[in-house]
Amino acid sequence: METTSPVERLLRGIAITLVCLFFMFPIVWIVLMSFQTNETILRVPPSVIFAPTLENYTALITGKLETAAGTLDIDFMGNLWNSLFLSTASVAVGLVLGVPAAYAFARLKFRGSEDIAFTLLSFRFAPPLLVLLPLTIYFQQLGLANTYGGLIWVYQLIVLPLILWIVRGYFEDIPADIEYAYRIAGHDFWSTFRRIALPLAGPGIAAAGLLSFIFAWNNFVFALVLASADKQPVTVGALAFVTASGIQYGQVAAGIVLSIAPTFALALYAQRYLVEGLSLGAVKG
Amino acid sequence: MTITLKNIRKAFKTNTVLEDVSLSVATGETLVLFGPSGAGKTVLLRLIAGVIEPDGGEIHVNGQNMAGVEPEDRGIGMAFQNFALFPHMDAFANIAAPLTARHQSKAVMKDTVEKVARLLKIDHVLHHKPKELSNGQKQRTALARALSAAPSILLLDDPLRNVDAKLRFEMRLELPRLLKDQNATVIYVTQDYKEAMALGHRIAVMNGHGIQQIGTPQDIYLSPANTDIARLFGDPVINLLDVVPERRDGRVAALISDTAIPLLEDYVPQIGQACILGLRPEALRFVPEGTPGAIPVEVEAETPLNEKTVTLALTLRGREIMVSRPAGTPGPTSGRAHIAVDAASAMLFDRASGRRIAPVHKIIRKEEVA
Repeated sequence: METTSPVERLLRGIAITLVCLFFMFPIVWIVLMSFQTNETILRVPPSVIFAPTLENYTALITGKLETAAGTLDIDFMGNLWNSLFLSTASVAVGLVLGVPAAYAFARLKFRGSEDIAFTLLSFRFAPPLLVLLPLTIYFQQLGLANTYGGLIWVYQLIVLPLILWIVRGYFEDIPADIEYAYRIAGHDFWSTFRRIALPLAGPGIAAAGLLSFIFAWNNFVFALVLASADKQPVTVGALAFVTASGIQYGQVAAGIVLSIAPTFALALYAQRYLVEGLSLGAVKG
Repeated sequence: MTITLKNIRKAFKTNTVLEDVSLSVATGETLVLFGPSGAGKTVLLRLIAGVIEPDGGEIHVNGQNMAGVEPEDRGIGMAFQNFALFPHMDAFANIAAPLTARHQSKAVMKDTVEKVARLLKIDHVLHHKPKELSNGQKQRTALARALSAAPSILLLDDPLRNVDAKLRFEMRLELPRLLKDQNATVIYVTQDYKEAMALGHRIAVMNGHGIQQIGTPQDIYLSPANTDIARLFGDPVINLLDVVPERRDGRVAALISDTAIPLLEDYVPQIGQACILGLRPEALRFVPEGTPGAIPVEVEAETPLNEKTVTLALTLRGREIMVSRPAGTPGPTSGRAHIAVDAASAMLFDRASGRRIAPVHKIIRKEEVA
């Protein structure tokens, strides 16, 4: 056991508090902003004392944005739904494709497997804008532009490499002997994959799913170019708050709070899967 | 079920592990694969189990070529050295794994698992996960899993390696009976020569890419193929002394402590050649001074082990020689002493190649093997 002196513990506490303040402050400030009107937000100097209002949230939920120039229709709830649907579907497709592929890369060393795996990872190196222009033209010709299917397909560029490389590592960490033992016991390749490899890589698959969900959720540029209003996720939808009569800071803040809430909740919930790790007590260390 | 290997070759990248290995195991026989780590014992087992494929050669089980037969279709039970238990299943599910594959009813499965668990004394921990089991219990669970479907071929990869000494000793006594009851053809891998001699009907000694010698435990002990094998079997290790056989008083002899030790007349061709004389410590005995042929030595140290006493002595030329005698029998503890050698038990090896030079007439001795 590690023993720490009270002074060390105090210093450590202060350091952690500072780090937390540094990283959490913007989020706290956004939450505060979401309960204020544009006038109180733009006060100089800024203050944390204000009369809280829910009008930003009502505007988002009802879809009616009151600006100095009149009432504007926005579809923020539709955007939120789009984000949820696109991210969930992309991760689902990514897992269905990526997990078996990761297993193949981890276990079946075939000719060129490393090259293919690296090529898939290299999708993460290229700036998205590089592929976007040609992709836009292809999508328009193929009729995939502004469809959920097309977007989910493009989202695989974000999701698939992530799932592939994280899950592959977890599969590689499973001692091959455990799978061999199950095969020798009389089970075929598929049931070994289902009953041994998948459950043992479970925490890794959960982690990869969660991370890729967050990456898909936060994506901006693919959806900006390839989707029009009715298919846009929140990241793009937030642009609607930049109106002719100024930027609606209050609504932007409320929109951000609503859009980070699902990923925040998911991260909190899935945290234990990430921490749990593989407990391979069956094999000598 | 018989197992036959024909000219098996296996290499991992440029590292040759097995070269031209041929072997056959009869129905109901226990063959022990013995050798230092890295000799390819485990690789050989895995080839038979079908989890890796040979680069060349054929594996036949009961006369059927196993090429392309999946591991699950070979009907083999295997216990891994590292246990390889399924960490997310409890001991019961681990042991039942071969039974679920055979689609047996719940009741039959429960009966079978409990029976084999009782036999191996793990019936009280059936609902524990592998990480909650002690090493000994893990080892028994792994063994129970290999046995539960009563396979006619059992591959046991050093199953006693990772368990404590007491359990190892117990299991060494229990296993032969267990294996006999199963009436299975067994290939057993070990690095412990005592285990090899206790369990094997035959022992195959593996070293450097292949099998160096195969025979009954007696064969291996009394007629090792080379000095390496002679050294691997026996505790304390065999005395190996450089000698050049010569003719003395009309007989073939080797000189130790300036005393001629008579050798078998079969070794006439080795006169004048560089050889190594192998003397098992238990084939030497202390004799009173003046006994004909007695070798004078200086006693250096005595180590009493429980069942035997090992004496380290020096020859007149300063060569170390170990003598083993049953505990409780008289022997010198220091100073000058004399030892006698039985000509028939002396082995002669070629010094350049290390190979044993077999006497022309094979000598059959029925001696107690320590």
